[in-house]
Amino acid sequence: MKDFAPQLPAAGCRNTPVLKERGQREVFCGLTGIIWLHRKMQDAFFLVVGSRTCAHLLQSAAGVMIFAEPRFGTAILEEKDLAGLACANEELDREVDRLLARRPDIRQLFLVGSCPSEVIKLDLHRAAERLTQRHAPHVRVLNYSGSGIETTFTEGEDACLAAMVPTLPDTDERQLLLVGALPDVVEDQALGLLRDMGVAPVRCLPAHRAAETPGIGANTVVALTQPFLNETAAFLERRGARLLSAPFPFGEEGSTAWLWTIAREFGVDADTFARVTDAPRARARKAIAAAAETLRGKSIFFFPDSQLEIPLARFLTRECGMTAVEVGAPFINKQIVGPDLDLLAEGPVIAEGQDVDLQLERCRAARPDLTVCGLGLANPLEAEGMATKWAIELVFTPVHLYEQAGDLAGLFARPLRRRALLSGLEGAA
Amino acid sequence: MKLTVWTYEGPPHVGAMRVATGMKGLHYVLHAPQGDTYADLLFTMIERRNHRPPVSYTTFQARDLGADTANLFKTALQDAYDRFKPQALIVGSSCTAELIQDDPGGMAETMGLPVPVIPLELPSYQRKENFGTDETFFQIVKALARPMERTAHVSANLIGPTGLGFRHRDDIVEVTAMLEEMGIGVNVVAPMGATPADIARMGAAHFNVLMYPEHAEAAARWAEKTLGQPYTKVVPIGVGATRDFIAEVAALAGVPPKYDDSRLRMPWYSQSVDSTYLTGKRVFLFGDATHVKCMARMARDEMGFEVVGLGCYNREFARDIRALAKDYGVEALITDDYLEVEKAIEELAPEMILGTQMERHIGKRLGIPCAVISAPVHVQDFPARYSPVMGWEGANVIFDTLVHPLVMGLEEHLLHMFREDFEFHDEAGASHHGAAAKLRSLDEAPVAEPEPAMAAAAPAEGNIVWLSDAERELRKIPFFVRGKAKRNTEKFALEKGVTQISVETLYEAKAHYAR
Repeated sequence: MKDFAPQLPAAGCRNTPVLKERGQREVFCGLTGIIWLHRKMQDAFFLVVGSRTCAHLLQSAAGVMIFAEPRFGTAILEEKDLAGLACANEELDREVDRLLARRPDIRQLFLVGSCPSEVIKLDLHRAAERLTQRHAPHVRVLNYSGSGIETTFTEGEDACLAAMVPTLPDTDERQLLLVGALPDVVEDQALGLLRDMGVAPVRCLPAHRAAETPGIGANTVVALTQPFLNETAAFLERRGARLLSAPFPFGEEGSTAWLWTIAREFGVDADTFARVTDAPRARARKAIAAAAETLRGKSIFFFPDSQLEIPLARFLTRECGMTAVEVGAPFINKQIVGPDLDLLAEGPVIAEGQDVDLQLERCRAARPDLTVCGLGLANPLEAEGMATKWAIELVFTPVHLYEQAGDLAGLFARPLRRRALLSGLEGAA
Repeated sequence: MKLTVWTYEGPPHVGAMRVATGMKGLHYVLHAPQGDTYADLLFTMIERRNHRPPVSYTTFQARDLGADTANLFKTALQDAYDRFKPQALIVGSSCTAELIQDDPGGMAETMGLPVPVIPLELPSYQRKENFGTDETFFQIVKALARPMERTAHVSANLIGPTGLGFRHRDDIVEVTAMLEEMGIGVNVVAPMGATPADIARMGAAHFNVLMYPEHAEAAARWAEKTLGQPYTKVVPIGVGATRDFIAEVAALAGVPPKYDDSRLRMPWYSQSVDSTYLTGKRVFLFGDATHVKCMARMARDEMGFEVVGLGCYNREFARDIRALAKDYGVEALITDDYLEVEKAIEELAPEMILGTQMERHIGKRLGIPCAVISAPVHVQDFPARYSPVMGWEGANVIFDTLVHPLVMGLEEHLLHMFREDFEFHDEAGASHHGAAAKLRSLDEAPVAEPEPAMAAAAPAEGNIVWLSDAERELRKIPFFVRGKAKRNTEKFALEKGVTQISVETLYEAKAHYAR
């Protein structure tokens, strides 16, 4: 029988000693995930209980403000809320009442904890229970923490989905559950490919609407679509679901490996798999090849950002011919990114956590051809003559699966192509 | 607790960052949790700064809270000093660190660093970004500036420009040139571009030019009292204000008010017949108090607009803005809630908004053109070209800024005359704005029934009903004056006790309000 599993390198990175750093971390907090989660869940509202800083972060991180009244907001704590928690709870109830009265379309409300709400120990879990009773059955109120003291960037989505897991209804049905907030176009492609292979039923978490919320149980098989869903995965397992272990669906190889893992689980034969994936695989390879011309032989350095770094390094080194110098991630869970680490050939430094000044020193010393970093570092590094790729775009752009594989490679090729185009342009930064 | 969707101002520590990032040789050690580093991107992306803001964050996490966040701060402070060797440090807390009460100032004092360490107390749960800039700059000046011998030649400090300021970069150049024309030297520009050593010699100037009261009024007052330096009260935005500013500066410096306004085109552009169509355009102003105050004068006295409403988001200046509104015979709107601003704009139905990026979005939604005149800033507010808002060139720039969003002279007339032209109807927008001209099909009749989105179908005041003929007639009026026509007609009907508006009522009202 034909096998679609990827070829392992002589030695991978699973057992590479991890450089663990603690110091200043130049990363977003988990609140940032609200920017995409509120678009994904169309009848949900995200109410951050926090400070003016939280509101300012959401506004700045959103970059272009989404003015069509967004389904998120910040209940800004004031002096008197800090004086007594009883008062803060009353205020919160009042703000939620007012909000839900104004937005009758909202069916799920997330109370999102922040650094200040956690430091003053405002119990949002109890608040969510209290408010659920008050607004049942129309609205379900959940809570999670997106605070910087608890979560780094994409861990906010993880915390949000994890908070949903205990509320999912029980089901004994044999089903595949895709977990992670994918862009609609990607989700539709995944569902299409799986349907054509005969994998059914397939459900998604999060769902677009509360009414489509999937059930969960011992016969549920989970395929994570994002590498940062550590807590969610643990919660799903606690509900009896079984987690598939696969490389993540980035690039042609990653997408094939991910789909093949699902296919084997659901008894799809190799011929069917080939029939469904041959054409998109060929298209993906072709699209990647175009961008890989720019990327081949170039070195890359990842600052920690979204936890996508390890799967992306695997894609760029194996399918685009790049060399990874350092792959930094805010957090590494080998149980989840293990298959990607197995495929990533040994060589790069694997770093977890951050001390940004030390990491900048290593980066400057290595002079990589391309540096993947946050927006706070990108222009300063460009001004030093180093090409950069904004990490946040990797989270805000459809990059999973076959039809986006070329776009993904293109995101990395574009800064290099741009530098080449402008090589004759002189002037101080 | 107050529900906020969008904010005009960030927290006060972002104000402190604006001061620190504007300066050189100063470093800010901020006790703050992981995630607060987002603020760096305001400077590196919006302002396209080519270096990281000079800020070290302690970025504590939950596991540090039980342990020793105080020690974390001390380590961060020592590391920052060793790595960056600044001439001075400012230290403080963000909103979360304020709650854990580690006292950065006190801790820094025990460390005996060989440079001045200036503690900041910025109450995050009471105050906002502009307080942060003003207070931070004040503390730095208070800590470093001392009375000293004046410069032999008459000189001034320019105070107030910061990082992320609305056109601060170019205003400095313009104001410096104006002073030079009068033979007045610039001693120090601060915070923008100044080092702590420069701040220390601020006392050598004969007076201060307070460019932006939002960011440097406390420092100006302190310098007046302690350094004996008077400061300017006029902000030179607009032709009249620039002339007043020159007179004020000349009096402070004891020199004749010399100036060269040969590059000033604004008055003639405004007087030329092409601008006749600007007459009486109903404008609404909103932004920071200083820019609103200056722009209101320009709008009325130099552009010939009618100011129908104004307000500001910084409460510190509420009294000034209320007094100003009284002068203009309108109600002042003092709020930091953009939904309230949107409501006010909807009710007043102005023909143009002079506002911030927030009002630009409100205008987009309501179909009202908007010119941006104030912070909060957006990457668009940092144009590559020279574009100050102060001084003579500033007046030229503002004229262009205010005219650009409008439908221009003859075009406006043509829209009146042939309002149902398929490619030049009122929903197509101004023809010099390429983007989204929505062509009607040639065969498609102009919309017969009013659509709910436009002002025409908005519910009338009181118990007044629009008859369908009148409503159809109202839709024939171009969108940029339709709001006014509707309001005037309803007001007229109310006064006359008419409950049903007919085409007759519409035209009677038009005659009544004719100018």
